[in-house]
Amino acid sequence: MVDSQLRDSIPTFEKRPASEAAEVDLSNWAALTSGSGIRTWAEVTAIGLVAVVIIGGTEVLLRVFEVPQYIMPTPSQIAMALFTDFRFIAPHVVITLTELAIGFAIGASVGLVLAAVITQFPFVEKIVTPYILLLVTTPMLALVPLLILRFGFGMEPRIIAVALAVGPMVMINAATGFRRVDLAKIALARSFGATTPQIFLKIRVPMAVPMIIVGLMVGSIFGLLTAVGAEMVGGSAGLGNRLAYYSSLIHMPQFFACILILAVIGISIYVFFFWAGKRWASWEA
Amino acid sequence: MTGWSDNEVGARSGVSGNRRQQRPAKLIVDSASKVYQTKTGAVPALEDFHMVAHEGELVCVIGPSGCGKSTLLWSMAGLHALSRGRILLDEKPVVEPDPQIGMVFQDANLLPWRTLQRNIELPFEFKRRKPRDYRQRIDALLARVGLEGFRDKYPRELSGGMQQRASIVRSLSFDPTVLLMDEPFGALDAFTRDEMNLLIQEIWMETGKTIVFVTHNIAEAIFLADRIMVMTPRPGRLSRVYDIDFPRPRPIALTTTPEFVALVADIKASIDHGTRAARGQ
Repeated sequence: MVDSQLRDSIPTFEKRPASEAAEVDLSNWAALTSGSGIRTWAEVTAIGLVAVVIIGGTEVLLRVFEVPQYIMPTPSQIAMALFTDFRFIAPHVVITLTELAIGFAIGASVGLVLAAVITQFPFVEKIVTPYILLLVTTPMLALVPLLILRFGFGMEPRIIAVALAVGPMVMINAATGFRRVDLAKIALARSFGATTPQIFLKIRVPMAVPMIIVGLMVGSIFGLLTAVGAEMVGGSAGLGNRLAYYSSLIHMPQFFACILILAVIGISIYVFFFWAGKRWASWEA
Repeated sequence: MTGWSDNEVGARSGVSGNRRQQRPAKLIVDSASKVYQTKTGAVPALEDFHMVAHEGELVCVIGPSGCGKSTLLWSMAGLHALSRGRILLDEKPVVEPDPQIGMVFQDANLLPWRTLQRNIELPFEFKRRKPRDYRQRIDALLARVGLEGFRDKYPRELSGGMQQRASIVRSLSFDPTVLLMDEPFGALDAFTRDEMNLLIQEIWMETGKTIVFVTHNIAEAIFLADRIMVMTPRPGRLSRVYDIDFPRPRPIALTTTPEFVALVADIKASIDHGTRAARGQ
């Protein structure tokens, strides 16, 4: 493990071997923080202006060409629906968010713990990784009908689906973080008499934090996707269920109102993790 | 001024005219060898290396890059197990990191996610001691190196020289008796390096620590050292020992005196000779 690695490695402080360097500057991370350019009021105003042009333009075009509401409602109709029907949609928002929160909490915790444990045993990691990749790449939505058979139409199958979508995603990113080895820093800690658990807590965990945050962000977005998808497949509540419901009744303004709410949830998740990255991993950038 | 002696072991110390060598031996490297097992085969890094650092002595180890200087130092710090031979600190073998030994690494090696203050407190966290009890000592050290106004800064906000000063404070904070320095100023520009060498000399004269300083800069070694151990190219062996008797405190102006320059040329020639000999084999 760590110590044997240290004891039998030629001391070198060259700018990290290429193999490790490739792991470290993952493009994920750049994507997470590179959006930091939005600072000045001019930029904010420009972004707002684009929104006004797009929304206003859509409104005008739809009215000019008299597009029927069941094909595409105007932005004002959507806004109206959001305003008048929000009290009917709100309970479903709560349900979707609850599923997401519980599923995410379970999946992320299991993923984090697994990543922390298996990266300590390179052999185990080699064996486990292909299966984790399989879980990452297989859409967990496919399991929902099966889960419904077993757990019914309540929240349970959806929570399980969310956890299954979040867990592997968090794990694979966190594992990348835990695998980052900076021998110089480990040697530093050892020279101060640090024990292996101390090295893990004070060196390896902090070094993994940027990748953990990336994993949590990607995982939560995947979780939202899975929650909504699972609700569309089967169930009686949640935003996904509402999407299916309103489209079946051709209540397009309400349908788009739900999409708008989902967009807000998604962007909030992104902003939260962006902020978390700034707060806890700014040293990386 | 520059007598040189062949491989010497602890028993023979005190023979030399250098006053510090009459003190008891602090750190003894006794026929140390280290072979790394790599994927491409065994790499001998250190072969039958002997040296002694006496109490309060400043010894520089110099040699071409890749000659096993870092290996030697990491072994002294108890980070590496030797393949053969042993290292004695106060006559006890060093087999694991010892609180008596402080290490200063290349490139400062500060943790980028911690402020300066928290970086300096790191050793205390590992030893489960409250840094509060050492606050006075840390404060004094920070003031000593001119960093007291920077304790809440992150490493990336500091210059290379400041980072290395912080790392020196970190290694001195728990008051070790031996300081091992692994090419600490290699990445710094020449002016900052001069400044740092003066600082090391001052700190060493104030505290009387035993210092083993690894470098590949000959002038730096002569400026700092009581004695210089010259190593051969890999596998590192001791090729020559120089006693440096320039009076202390040495000013930077010393480095431009004819005696100093001649000594640099002399040591350079001996390293080049060793390198050529190794290539010729």
